[in-house]
Parts: sequence; structure tokens; C-alpha cells
Amino acid sequence: MAVLNKFKKKKIQGVDDTEYLTLRDERRISKENAKITREFERNKARKNVPESEYLSQMRDSRNVVEFDDLHTYFYTDIGTVKAVDGVTYDVPQGTTVGIVGESGCGKSVTSLSLMQLVQAPQGQIVSGEIRYLASDGKCYNIAKMPRSEMLHIRGKEISMIFQEPMTSLNPVFTIGEQMDEVVLLHEEGATAESAKAHSIEMLQLVGIAMPDKVYASYPHELSGGMRQRVMIAMALSCGPRLIIADEPTTALDVTIQAQILDLLRGIKDKINGSIMLITHDLGVIAEMADYVVVMYAGRIIEKGTVREIFHTPKHPYTVGLMRSKPSVNKAVDRLYSIPGQVPNPINMPNHCYFKNRCEKCTEKCGGEYPPMLQFSPTHFAACYLYEEDRDAVYFDALTGKKSE
Amino acid sequence: MENDNLLVVENLKKYYPINASVLGKAKSFVKAVDDVSFTIKRGTTMGLVGESGCGKTTVGRTILRLHDVTGGTVMFKGRDLAKLSKKELRSLRPHMQMIFQDPYSSLSPRMPVGEIIGEAVRTHNIVPKSQYQSYIRKVMKDCGLQPQYFYRYPHEFSGGQRQRICIARAVALNPEFIICDEPVSALDVSIQAQIINLMKDLQTQFGYTYLFISHDLSVVEHISDTIGVMYLGNLVETGDKAKIFANPMHPYTKALLSAVPMPDPDMKMNRIILKGDIPSPANPPSGCKFRTRCQYCMDVCEKEVPQFREYEPGHRVACHLYSQE
Repeated sequence: MAVLNKFKKKKIQGVDDTEYLTLRDERRISKENAKITREFERNKARKNVPESEYLSQMRDSRNVVEFDDLHTYFYTDIGTVKAVDGVTYDVPQGTTVGIVGESGCGKSVTSLSLMQLVQAPQGQIVSGEIRYLASDGKCYNIAKMPRSEMLHIRGKEISMIFQEPMTSLNPVFTIGEQMDEVVLLHEEGATAESAKAHSIEMLQLVGIAMPDKVYASYPHELSGGMRQRVMIAMALSCGPRLIIADEPTTALDVTIQAQILDLLRGIKDKINGSIMLITHDLGVIAEMADYVVVMYAGRIIEKGTVREIFHTPKHPYTVGLMRSKPSVNKAVDRLYSIPGQVPNPINMPNHCYFKNRCEKCTEKCGGEYPPMLQFSPTHFAACYLYEEDRDAVYFDALTGKKSE
Repeated sequence: MENDNLLVVENLKKYYPINASVLGKAKSFVKAVDDVSFTIKRGTTMGLVGESGCGKTTVGRTILRLHDVTGGTVMFKGRDLAKLSKKELRSLRPHMQMIFQDPYSSLSPRMPVGEIIGEAVRTHNIVPKSQYQSYIRKVMKDCGLQPQYFYRYPHEFSGGQRQRICIARAVALNPEFIICDEPVSALDVSIQAQIINLMKDLQTQFGYTYLFISHDLSVVEHISDTIGVMYLGNLVETGDKAKIFANPMHPYTKALLSAVPMPDPDMKMNRIILKGDIPSPANPPSGCKFRTRCQYCMDVCEKEVPQFREYEPGHRVACHLYSQE
């Protein structure tokens, strides 16, 4: 038996704080979850919902989208994951908003909430508003919109470019068939011929040399960069007001990345739309974005214009992210690394989530979650460090060194 | 100092047959690696960069004889790996190890961590049986893993920790030479920094020699001493890190460097944007392979393959632009 004992899991204090659930617990949780999610689903599937229920008022008419205290939870069998926990930010018309953060911090779920594409029934928008100013001048609250109404917005007014061009194109249909579908669904009076002409025009717009040939080919016949171009063409096809680009260049080489970013920039001006750019690459953000939102464990920890974030970063996590990325032509002996990893999102305590990894952590951080402090009309950060002195400088953004 | 060179690769070739006829005779080849030569000095790191599909990984795998060599020599510690028999190769294996890209697929889900790290140690009799347990625990500690994790399985770990396990597995055999095939590209930024620091620490502590394969130029710049730039199976430029980054000579290196986004919103870049994609290696352009995307393309580029020449000490380029001088 001694042999078996050796393989038994010993709980290590401080290392192993995750509890293992018993089967009974798991069953209980999943039963409770089913009850909650059923209610949400029933609400979403209703027919003939009066429009007044999901009409809202924009805070600022220059914005296309306003997230207001959005909460998106996942009801899993091991507990509730608060993937997005009180996120508030705006996307102004004609700008690019960059959303940065490590994986698992809720960047993608925020954007999926906007598209009503969160994995249901586990994933649900629990509270908060997502206000969208549609092209007809009405302001819709997407969080409460019934599914049938959403069909008119998704893909037409708001479209999305996914990370993996490999997996987001259907391998058994030609590029043309997939592109025409978008047009036929959303454009009234579109015929097969007009759809084809439109698709080819779109392919040309994104810089594909032989659009006729690409139109007739299957996804596997194209390279990664070409596929991403097709994805962009498809997203543009109905003249959207907002494009969500979820890590559009992560799977691509640097040279192709440069091409795609160049293309996105050009297209934004051409259609006068807005872009929500989700990425973990700070270089891409610096180059593309006007506003930056930094997320950590489901919450926004800092937001501001791109210059404010890069020149006077406030939150220790933002600074840590910038310093841990080696950059060309800036030699350092040793990279800064943020110790530890993103915390387990289940049953988060109500103190600053970054507390355990922060080198500037004080006693106060153990208390309530820090409030959003305002530094300028556009610059906000959630950290106790600056409570007394808003102009305090703890980090030097340019050298990346800690200043005393 | 001939002994300084741990690895000397000369005219390495690796062709894959395609369109084989019924009798097994290949009609044409994909030249994944075509005439690649470089040397790595003991205790240094060579970075190998290039776009996907340019043959970086194949170079790494061919050096370790995970694929058979089509032509050329790989001298490791004065012995030609390409000609060794299986038995001889096996005795050399502990001296050269590999760290793979994806820590999720390169660990057996059915083996506990201690066994993953220790299996090869036992096979090669690195330490006496009595010291086995304590040795593995020491290796785990060196790589930043809690020794208590000995009986855990890979699924209980995060990506960064899994990569630490992969590193521990390679390091446990006391190798001299480690090939790292994109070890950080599957990880988050903050975890990347941890892993890179770990690899640098291990190098200063034990004097490893690395061949670091990556497409991320900023990471390569940080960790490497010398750099090789590959394009479509060929090395187009090699040299010291400082020389390559300060004075890139080949148009491809220039484009590659300028394409890296800089984390500074006020920086205005003179970006060279390459047109089109990397051509198919089954049917590469004649002459200089880069000519289809090169902005300085001349008549001679189409006809002649540029020679790989040394233009200043320790800086070699294959480009017609510099061959007249």
C-alpha cells in the first residue's frame, strides 16, 4: 500500500489553494445553474418583444457603442466565472479602441457580448447595458435585445474578424459561396449576380490580386494572410459601422501582420467606421489605437488615450506588461517579469485582483476593490497608489525603470 | 580556436519528395532546407528567424537527426551527426536536446511530471539509481517548479508551468546543446518574460548552447548573440546580433525589422511593406528566391543565385546588391 500512498495527492499550503469539488457539490451547482440559465434563455427566446424594452439613450451621441457596467458570467459546474465584471467604456465614432490584456482576462467575452455570441446557455449577460447607436438613429440596448432582432445588426452593422482565419472559414464551401451568403442575407433585393459582383469588389478592396480566382477557391487553397484578407472582406461586405477585430494578426507572420494592419487602417478611413481591436501585443496597439483599455481578470484596470497609456501609465499591471515585452533596439540585461499568473476566475475575493502579483502592494490593497481614479478627462485607473496624489510618478514609462 | 565551435553546419540540405510515382521514384522535391551553413560557438545563443514555412524548424529537426539529412554535414563536437549509426547517435543524444513550441501537445497526458522529466534520465543512466529522486527534484527546482509537483499530471498545470516542465525535461540530461523551437510563442506576454529569464539563467549557470528558433524578432534580439535570417530554405543573412540590428543588409532583413510594431505611439516608422506571400517552396523563383517580393530587384537577380559572402567580419549576406563592391 505504501506504493499507492506515494501517488496520493498531498495538499500544499499556499501552493494549492484550489479546492477539489465532490461529485455531489458539482451536481448541486449544475442544478442551480440550470435553473438560472433557463430563465435567461426563456427571456431571450420571447417573440414580439415591444421595442420600448430594448430602446435606450446614448450618453454621448458621438459614440457608436457604450458599455455600461457590463457583467457577463459563465455558470460552469465548478462555480460561476465572472468573465466580465463591471466593464464600462465607450467606442467613439471613427476611432480605434484597443483592448489589451493577457489571455483569460475577458477581452474576447466583452466583444462577444456585444455580438450576442457568448456561448449559451452557460454564458449569460447578467446585468449592465451595451448601448449601440444604429444607423437609423435609434439606440438599442444589445444586452436586452431579442435574438430575432439581433440578426439585423450582427454581420450588417457590427461585424467581426476572428483570430484564426484557419478555423473561422468553412472548409467545404468556396470563398465565394461564403461571401455571397452575407450579402444575400442582409441586402434587400440582392440577386445571385449582384452578390457575386459585390463580393468580388470587396475582395479587390482588401488587396487580393486575382479576386475572380480567389472567389472560386476553397479556404485551404489560400495562405494565412490571404484567408485573413478574405475574413476582412467578408466583415466589410455590408458596410458595417463597427468592426470588432479579435486578435486579427496573432496567427500571422510579422511581414503579413504589417500588411493586414496597413489594410485595416486604410479601410477604417474609407468606410468611416470604428474598430475595436483586441490584442495582447502592445506594439500593435501603439500603432493602431486612439484609445486603449487595459483589462485584467474581467475588469478594466486602466483606460485612456494611447499617449496617456504609453507615456504616463499608472497601474502597476500596465507598466508590468510594457516592461515584460522585449522591444527591438532597446537592450536590457534582464526582462522584467510579473510574478505568478492570472488568478483563477472562480470565486474571486473582493480585493484588487492584481494584489498578489503587484510589487507596489500596500495594506490598503487587501480591502475593497479600488475605485476608478480619474487623472485627466480621458485617463482612468483603478489603483490605491494614486489616491492621495494623482500626479505621483512611480514608474518611468520611457526607460521602464522604477523611479523612487 | 577550432574547439570553440560546438556545432558546425555545412551545406545542410533537406529535400522532401513529392509527386512520387507508383514505383516510388520522386519526380520533384520540396527543398525545405537548401544549402544552409552556420556555426555556433560554445555557450552562445544563435537565433534563427524567418516567416512560417521558411524551414527554420526543419533545420532544427534535421540537426538532431529527427529527420534524415539529404546532404551536407552537421559537425557536433567534431563528429558528423549526419553519418552516425543509430547506436552511435543514441549515445550522443543526451548531449543535445530540444524544447518544443506547444507545451500543451508535447507532454504525455498520462505521465506524471516526475516521470516525464526522469524517463530519459533513467534510460541514459545519467545518475545512479539511489540519487535519482533527489536529482529530479533538484532539476525541477532549478527550473522553477515546486518539487512537490513530482506526482502531478500535465493537465494540472498552466501553459507557463508546462513549458517549465519541457525545459526541465531537456535540462535533466545535462545537455550541452539545446534547440528551442519557438518556446515562448504560445505563451502570454508576462509568462514569456518568465520563461526567457529562466532560459538565460540556466545558460549562465550551466553554460548551455542554444539554437533559438522564433519568428518574434524582439524575443530573438533579447536572447541571441548571433542571428541567422532564413527565407524559403536559405540563409540570407547571418551575423552578430548588434550588426544585424544596427545595419541590416539584406532587403528581407530590412523589411522584417521594419515590420515589427513598436510600443510607442509617437514613433513614425518608415515601414517597408512586402508585397504578397512567401512563394511555394515546391516551385521557388529562379535566381534569388526573394526577388519576387524585393523592391531592389535587378536583372541579375533572376538569372543568378546570389553567393553567401562575408562583407564584414562575422556578417554574411546573400544578395546581389552587395556583390559588385
